[in-house]
Amino acid sequence: MKLVFKYLKKYKLEYVMAPLFKLLEACFDLFVPIVVKMIMDVGIKNNDRSYILSGCLVLVALGVIGLTCTIIAQYFAAKAAVGTSTGLRHDLFGHIQGLSYSNSDKLGRSSLITRMTSDINQVQSGVNMALRLFLRSPIIVFGAMIMAFVIDKSNRVAPIFAIVIPALAVVVFSIILAGIPLYKRVQSRLDKVTSLTRQNLSGVRVIRAFNKEESEMEAFSEANHEHTSVQNFVGKITALMNPMTYVIINLGIIAVVYFSSTEINSGNMSQGDLFAMYNYMSQILVELVKLANTIVLITKATACAHRIESVLETPTGMKVEKSTTENKTDNSVAVEFKNVALNYSGEGENTLENISFTVKRGETVGIIGGTGSGKTSLVNMIPRFYDASEGDVLVFGKNVKEYELEELRESVSVVPQKAVLFKGTIRSNLLWGNENANDDDLNYALEVAQAADFVAEKDGKLDAEVSQFGRNFSGGQRQRLTIARAIVKNAPILIFDDSASALDFATEARLRQALKGLKNDPTVFIISQRTSSISHADKIIVLDDGAMVGIGKHEELLSTCSVYKEIYDSQFKGGEE
Amino acid sequence: MAIIKRKKTSASNKRAAMPNGATYKETGKKVLRYLKNYKALFSLSLILAIVIVALTLYVPVLVGEAIDLAIGKGNVDFDGIYKILLKIGIVAGATALLQWLMNVCNNRITFGIVRRLRRDAFNKIQELPLSYVDSHPVGDTVSRVISDADQFSDGLLMGFSQLFTGVLTILGTIAFMVSINISITLVVILVTPLSLFVAAFIAKNTHSLFAKQSKTRAEQTALIDEMIGEQKVVAAFSHEDEALAQFDEINERLAKCSLKAVFYSSLTNPCTRFVNNLVYAGVALVGALICVSGGGDFITGLPLTVGSLTSLLSYANQYTKPFNEISGVITELQNAIVCAARVFELIDAEPQIPEAENAYDLQDTEVDGRVHIENVEFSYTPDRELIKDFNLSIENGQRVAIVGPTGCGKTTVINLLMRFYDVNSGKIEVSGHDIRDLTRSSLRRSYGMVLQETWLKSGTIRENIAMGKPDATDEEIKAAAKEAHAHSFIRQLPKGYDTVIGEDGGALSQGQKQLLCIARVLLCLPPMLILDEATSSIDTRTEMKIQDAFAKMMKGRTSFVVAHRLSTIKEADVILVMNNGKIIEKGNHAKLLKADGFYAKLWNSQFEN
Repeated sequence: MKLVFKYLKKYKLEYVMAPLFKLLEACFDLFVPIVVKMIMDVGIKNNDRSYILSGCLVLVALGVIGLTCTIIAQYFAAKAAVGTSTGLRHDLFGHIQGLSYSNSDKLGRSSLITRMTSDINQVQSGVNMALRLFLRSPIIVFGAMIMAFVIDKSNRVAPIFAIVIPALAVVVFSIILAGIPLYKRVQSRLDKVTSLTRQNLSGVRVIRAFNKEESEMEAFSEANHEHTSVQNFVGKITALMNPMTYVIINLGIIAVVYFSSTEINSGNMSQGDLFAMYNYMSQILVELVKLANTIVLITKATACAHRIESVLETPTGMKVEKSTTENKTDNSVAVEFKNVALNYSGEGENTLENISFTVKRGETVGIIGGTGSGKTSLVNMIPRFYDASEGDVLVFGKNVKEYELEELRESVSVVPQKAVLFKGTIRSNLLWGNENANDDDLNYALEVAQAADFVAEKDGKLDAEVSQFGRNFSGGQRQRLTIARAIVKNAPILIFDDSASALDFATEARLRQALKGLKNDPTVFIISQRTSSISHADKIIVLDDGAMVGIGKHEELLSTCSVYKEIYDSQFKGGEE
Repeated sequence: MAIIKRKKTSASNKRAAMPNGATYKETGKKVLRYLKNYKALFSLSLILAIVIVALTLYVPVLVGEAIDLAIGKGNVDFDGIYKILLKIGIVAGATALLQWLMNVCNNRITFGIVRRLRRDAFNKIQELPLSYVDSHPVGDTVSRVISDADQFSDGLLMGFSQLFTGVLTILGTIAFMVSINISITLVVILVTPLSLFVAAFIAKNTHSLFAKQSKTRAEQTALIDEMIGEQKVVAAFSHEDEALAQFDEINERLAKCSLKAVFYSSLTNPCTRFVNNLVYAGVALVGALICVSGGGDFITGLPLTVGSLTSLLSYANQYTKPFNEISGVITELQNAIVCAARVFELIDAEPQIPEAENAYDLQDTEVDGRVHIENVEFSYTPDRELIKDFNLSIENGQRVAIVGPTGCGKTTVINLLMRFYDVNSGKIEVSGHDIRDLTRSSLRRSYGMVLQETWLKSGTIRENIAMGKPDATDEEIKAAAKEAHAHSFIRQLPKGYDTVIGEDGGALSQGQKQLLCIARVLLCLPPMLILDEATSSIDTRTEMKIQDAFAKMMKGRTSFVVAHRLSTIKEADVILVMNNGKIIEKGNHAKLLKADGFYAKLWNSQFEN
């Protein structure tokens, strides 16, 4: 909640004015029964037509004032709510972008997206409704009671209000509060139904291959049934609300009439007074129900606000450490790992352990090893996507922790394993690498990435449209474009994270050839599963289960490193005998 | 869940369009089909609604009567009042009870219909042709089964009962008012429609604002999806500032159109309430004047008491409420029908070609491993022909390798063998039977399949491995896992074989998932095998070990392998070379090398450099 107020603060005028005008409107609403009472007690009793007419004009005037107040209030409420969500959205987006990988891994990207979208929308409507109704409803409820005391000079009838209001409040709120956890249960049952549906679509081939249709239908039917029965149970409880409040209010009315009749008999009250009392009683019910619904909405919005808050509370970025050594860089050594260990969660076994190696400028380094051996983790530490838990990673002789992040990442270009592009054009995607690149630079990069051919065939060439995530390109094409994007960046360190997997042998070979001729002679890291992709490297690092089990040239490793030899044999035995 | 939630909010903001070819009338008929099962409950609910409305409307009359019995000092008929109060008590109690009953009734109908709809939709999913599943995004189908079904039943029933009680209340109020006083009734009837016009006017003008808002929102969501979903790339290229600028630009636009949409739409209530106030003032004026004139009503001449005026005033309040709600209810009903049409589109989708009644149930013992493909022609869409004139005879125990660049359509062959898709012409025979004459289950039972995309269901590891053989013993399951080299990592999981894995394998690595898929096949070991890049994400050393298991498994079994590994390719009895979805070359390794075509080029490229 604190969070919301922080953003709401910028709309001081709005958040004060909205409830204030709502309050005014409520007050005018409360006058209506009094005016009618006067018409009855004075106008009708004394046969005073002009009094009646002016009374009714007052009613119309009250309506006009009420309308004006509400419109003003609605405007301010809408402005404050929309403003709050806009500000929140801006900050959240910026904040999420600044999260370190390990933190956004922990939060989960799809959950972050939900928070950005539907959670913020919920907060917006929560703020809007809160500003509009939170003051109005209590004012009407308590105002009605106060008016009752004003009318009832004997103070024998008005106390009924003091009993009815708490009774109603107890019923309304206990049903709502009981309902909230029950609805959560309904939701979790529904989640199961959803998950089964999704699985059966994504796994349709396997399910049919194993002839599991029948048993899946049974499982679904069971989950479906469970969901319905919880729903029915919750329904029975929440269905109590209207009937119970109705009974209470009518009991209140009976009591009001009962006690009023005595007062009227003894001359302490008039018929008009009774009318007004009856009216106030009815108004209370309407407003309490509205209040209850507002509270539900606000509860939801609060939950959403908490989810957003937890993201905003996650610290962003990575601390840049003061340079311990002098701010010197060493241009001859591109990358150096000194006894590096990596542990993502801070518990359990290390993902990488005791990694040390040096890579000279301009060298090509191959990294090979089994799934989960830590290849990607290793290169991710170079642009400081993750921090080493032990040891130091140096880029051009300077610890990565001492670089400004932007500066560091300017000098490292990564082609990720998963080839994604962004909505826009081929050009706009390539320019991610370097905003100032000209057409020649882009075409050169496409040439190197073996993408020039198919780009030339596209309508609009460089300006061909790219849809979200680059879905309108095949896997292989996407991969080549992401390679081109990385090359446009023209960074001194180039990392390929298993990014030639979708290319056939011939294309991959041509790509390798073209990389050798790159103008800026970058230091290249190539992660691959295939020995053929890295056998030409100046240095090959062999990883096994997080440990470095070999480093050297292809021929050396074949004779010294058993793991490497095994990998090589498994791929070439069949081919070269 | 996120998608569904989003869907829900956006659907409530805009009036969705009917899906292709559906009409309100047709959909309405289908809706009735589901309602039929609840005929009794539904009638009960309607009767209850009538009684409740009548009782609710009776209370103000009673209160009015009571007020008339308390005229002033010394002029109060206590006995009469007590009798009326007793009546109010009974009426209120009865109303409350009936209301609860009606609510429970309505819940039963709503939830029951959703349940049936979902069951039918889910069962339909099981018999849809693969072409449907492949061509419809999963999220879209899921939202039909989940949120559309919900919105339909909620909207329809709530909308209908609101409409029904609304109309009843209007009619009932008029009747009660007429019985008290005609002039005032006329005032109410004439002025109230004004609020309808006001509401309709506002709705019409805000519709486009909402449309603009949801369009901008969609645009923003798309950007968020990309920039946050692919945060790593954004960070790698230090693209954060540009992304934020792009985001802010949309955010500003969204703020502007949201403000308009939220503000203008929030005017409906105050405006109709204002019309209400006018009606109220009108009733007070006319009523008071009649009371005063003493001559009684302007038309009928009947007198009016303060008590009756009280009843009329509370009617004036009640009468306009249903009017104010009606436009909302109608939108809701329309929306419900649109959602229903979307669900029915799924439920009534053309199912796969049903099995012939006398379809033969091929027994495991009869599968002799022969596969005969004759003149097969196939394409996914008529305008792009793929496989043509495909002939192949495979003897028991032979190995068929399918090779070609990525995306060349290797899975097409698997789709045909497993009869996920039907051939357009020609035939495929297994053990001498045309596969279209076999039951699907017996055909699929005779293949063991490991697909490129590793799919696991949420459940325990044990359940996943035993998928093809639910009655397998623990020993059998462990043996299969060991053979697939999955046993060691499974043992390290918190609960071993009883570890529950989430949807799509949850925290398991891609390689581990693949090992489980292999274990799954090893456990039931059918007579023929289909392996689709089965080892693509397992490291080569583990792969080598698995190859042993595979070799054992393939020995004596006919197998189709989408192959990347050279040894598999070389040793294959037949190699199918595919490119652009077509089979371009066919033969064994030596023959194809000699032909010096596409395959030879592919083969040689790996030794370049």
